[in-house]
Amino acid sequence: MASGIRDKVVILGMGCARFGERWDCGADDLMLEAFREATLDAGIKRDQLEAAWLGVFYDEQSVSKSALSLAMTLRLPQIPVSRVENLCATGTEALRSAAYAVASGACDIALAMGVEKLKDTGFSGLPERTKGTFEDLWQPGFTPPGAFAQLGAAYAARHGIAIDELRRAMAHVSVKSHANALHAPKAHLRKAITPEQVLSAPMIAWPLGMLDCCGVSDGAACAIVTTPEMAKSLGRRDAVTIKAMQLVASNGYELSHADWDGAYTPTTRQAAARAYAEAGVKDPVREVSIMEVHDCFSVTELVLMEDLGFSAEGRAPFDILDGRFDRDGRNPCQTDGGLKCFGHPVGASGLRMVYEVYNQLLGRAGDRQLPSPGLGLTHNLGGIPNRNISSVSLFGLKAL
Amino acid sequence: MSGIQSFGVCIPRLRMLRKTIAAAVGWVNSSLESAHGERSICNWDEDSLTMAVEAARSALPSYSSRESVRTVMLASTTLPFADRSNATVLASALSLRESILAMDVTGAQRSATSALSQALASTGDGHTLIAAADRRLARPGSDQESSYGHGGAAVVVSAEPGVAELIARHHRAADFVDHHRLTDSPFDYTLEERWVREAGWQSLVPETLHALLAEAKVEAKDITHLVIDAAPTLGRKIASLVGIGEAAIIDNLAAQCGQTGAGHPLILLASALERAKAGELVLLVGFGQGVDALLFRTTSKIGSHHAARSVAATLADRREETEYTRFLSHCGVLLVEFGMRAERDSRTAQTVAWRRHEDVYTFTGGRCTHCGTVQFPRARVCVAPSCRQMGEQEPIALAEETARIKTFTEDWLAFSPRPPLVYGNVTFGSGGNAFIEFADFAPGEAKVNDEVRFVFRLKDVDRTRGFRRYFWKAAPVRSAAVRS
Repeated sequence: MASGIRDKVVILGMGCARFGERWDCGADDLMLEAFREATLDAGIKRDQLEAAWLGVFYDEQSVSKSALSLAMTLRLPQIPVSRVENLCATGTEALRSAAYAVASGACDIALAMGVEKLKDTGFSGLPERTKGTFEDLWQPGFTPPGAFAQLGAAYAARHGIAIDELRRAMAHVSVKSHANALHAPKAHLRKAITPEQVLSAPMIAWPLGMLDCCGVSDGAACAIVTTPEMAKSLGRRDAVTIKAMQLVASNGYELSHADWDGAYTPTTRQAAARAYAEAGVKDPVREVSIMEVHDCFSVTELVLMEDLGFSAEGRAPFDILDGRFDRDGRNPCQTDGGLKCFGHPVGASGLRMVYEVYNQLLGRAGDRQLPSPGLGLTHNLGGIPNRNISSVSLFGLKAL
Repeated sequence: MSGIQSFGVCIPRLRMLRKTIAAAVGWVNSSLESAHGERSICNWDEDSLTMAVEAARSALPSYSSRESVRTVMLASTTLPFADRSNATVLASALSLRESILAMDVTGAQRSATSALSQALASTGDGHTLIAAADRRLARPGSDQESSYGHGGAAVVVSAEPGVAELIARHHRAADFVDHHRLTDSPFDYTLEERWVREAGWQSLVPETLHALLAEAKVEAKDITHLVIDAAPTLGRKIASLVGIGEAAIIDNLAAQCGQTGAGHPLILLASALERAKAGELVLLVGFGQGVDALLFRTTSKIGSHHAARSVAATLADRREETEYTRFLSHCGVLLVEFGMRAERDSRTAQTVAWRRHEDVYTFTGGRCTHCGTVQFPRARVCVAPSCRQMGEQEPIALAEETARIKTFTEDWLAFSPRPPLVYGNVTFGSGGNAFIEFADFAPGEAKVNDEVRFVFRLKDVDRTRGFRRYFWKAAPVRSAAVRS
């Protein structure tokens, strides 16, 4: 069996643009904002980069095809630059590509950039797009909230929980993330809310109300990765290393097979099992100190707590209401506000999650700093429950 | 002699009370105030083609009952496509054999009775399906807006006497312009009612019926069922002019659904045949720039005919549409702002639509030849985790299956001409999952584990290129439940 990339890749520096409705910025401004911070953090110069990956989903909205926008915006030194795309897991894919390049020895220093300029559509929510020439002929004309709302009715049916009770737990997910984002200066939505506000918000896609949905934001985030040896030669003593990166793509089971009940994401369960094995995690509840998961909608985060092994089957609503995933709970989740409040510029989100874990592990998280976190987890879910890409990554601090 | 083998009808579930119309536009036409009853209206995703499919499914409920169909005629004055064989889409939706003759019959309100007559006169091997439906538009405030309805019917005929044997037929062509509509015009232009009644109906119809009865050597008083798509007073007048008893006149269903266009005589025929006993004479009249008259005698098989849904059950399966402006919007008469999401480009890749036409039009899934797992869409490799067999899957027609709702949502953000867009995952009776749009569910109506059936509906309208694409949707199974 392959040995994996555990501790073979070090994050040398990271940057993250302020997320939000950046009417004044294009994708190039956002990338540059994140890149400046990352190079300062890494203590390297642009010309030391040997390869780069750009993650962007809605290329037609802003940067067009290929990774030329990254190469040209940053004036990269004529190096291999590629664009990757894997739905909402795109940012994670950029990092995975850069990490694999470093772990393989193909290069010493690589850049992973994720960016999305979503607010140039002229309307709220994600842009409309074709789902494929055949898919358009039969798939519902769904929106992301509607596609994820399917988890709600299915979860309630599977566990015999009343929708109103489920919605109360979902509301707590949003309330918690809003509370956390108050302490995240770069977050998009920084306003405390109450459960009553969540429950009385306009319905978007039953059972998801407006405050069950994450922000649609502009933003960029990036990471510069290298080998432990190179990091040491650059003077680093402690560094954040990648403990595991696993990614699972649906194979059609959720779309076509009767056995899937719609109440969980099989891809996340598989990716988590592999990531825990790669990182040597036996008990995530005890070993993972911080997690940033794909909370595109409140019900998604709820279901993920079971898929990632933090709640027993059918217990997530109760664990959520008990405060288990609050910032002062046993397994803090979305300490920066998550997709919900930090925002969700699709291609940047996976790297934004890593940015939070990275800063927490290095003790740089300011007001929201957790006391001595040990292991951090990020989880990306691209697509919709019926067909998705799920990634689970783990990060830790290591003495070089 | 040739005869009718089976029949079925489709009346859209939505109904609008005439007093709702009067309340909205009575100010322009005071005669609307006295209108009573209700009319049927198409949902946004129903049109003449989808209603014809539904009526034909009622007449031919099982795939086995469709195997002997050799000819399909689709009669309507409101076919969605002026140049694309609508009847061929109908044939695909019904999963009929590829070697059939499919034709559209159009141009007059008697298109359906003319098609029926021609089909009965030219029966060869196998059966002929005559489906007819209309979704006529009317100007807001017009009498027609209130009196029209949307609906359709289907009749299957063959060389056998079936449930009702053709005794005689007679035709009269007369360019009597009681109303007209140009090919590119949305609305009818209607002439003075008294002239239409007195110079048209009361003259042309009795002449034709007299000729028919003389030819058939049948006494007018022996007619048990007079199927005439006319208002009661006009129907009585014609009956008396011909010598047919008043009791023979079939209710024209004006109060329940309105006058539904070319298919209406066949809806009334179905209504007559449902109540007819063996050995009775049924006289069918079609009117529109002339007259079609067809005389049938019911056979001993009449009692054993069961459409998937009776006319009465179809009429009973109703939901009131209370929003007059939504009705106008569905008709395309009121241009509502649906927001930027409605700008989505619904271009159809016709290459793909043709390559996958069985999946899309016939709703064909795949059954793994190795493990038997049913899956939609049909795939090259089996979806069952324990199987993964490669190669061709056996086609399985899913349109006539029922399914259960696994999960769903009511999406107020997605574009729909009738928000919310309701969709979800359903599990077929034979296994397999479909992520699919729902039809005819009101907000709050769908529940996990509810049984659904599938209906052929409009999926998207491409206004840029003038194309409509169709697919199957999950609908409440109630219509089958009221089968009694």
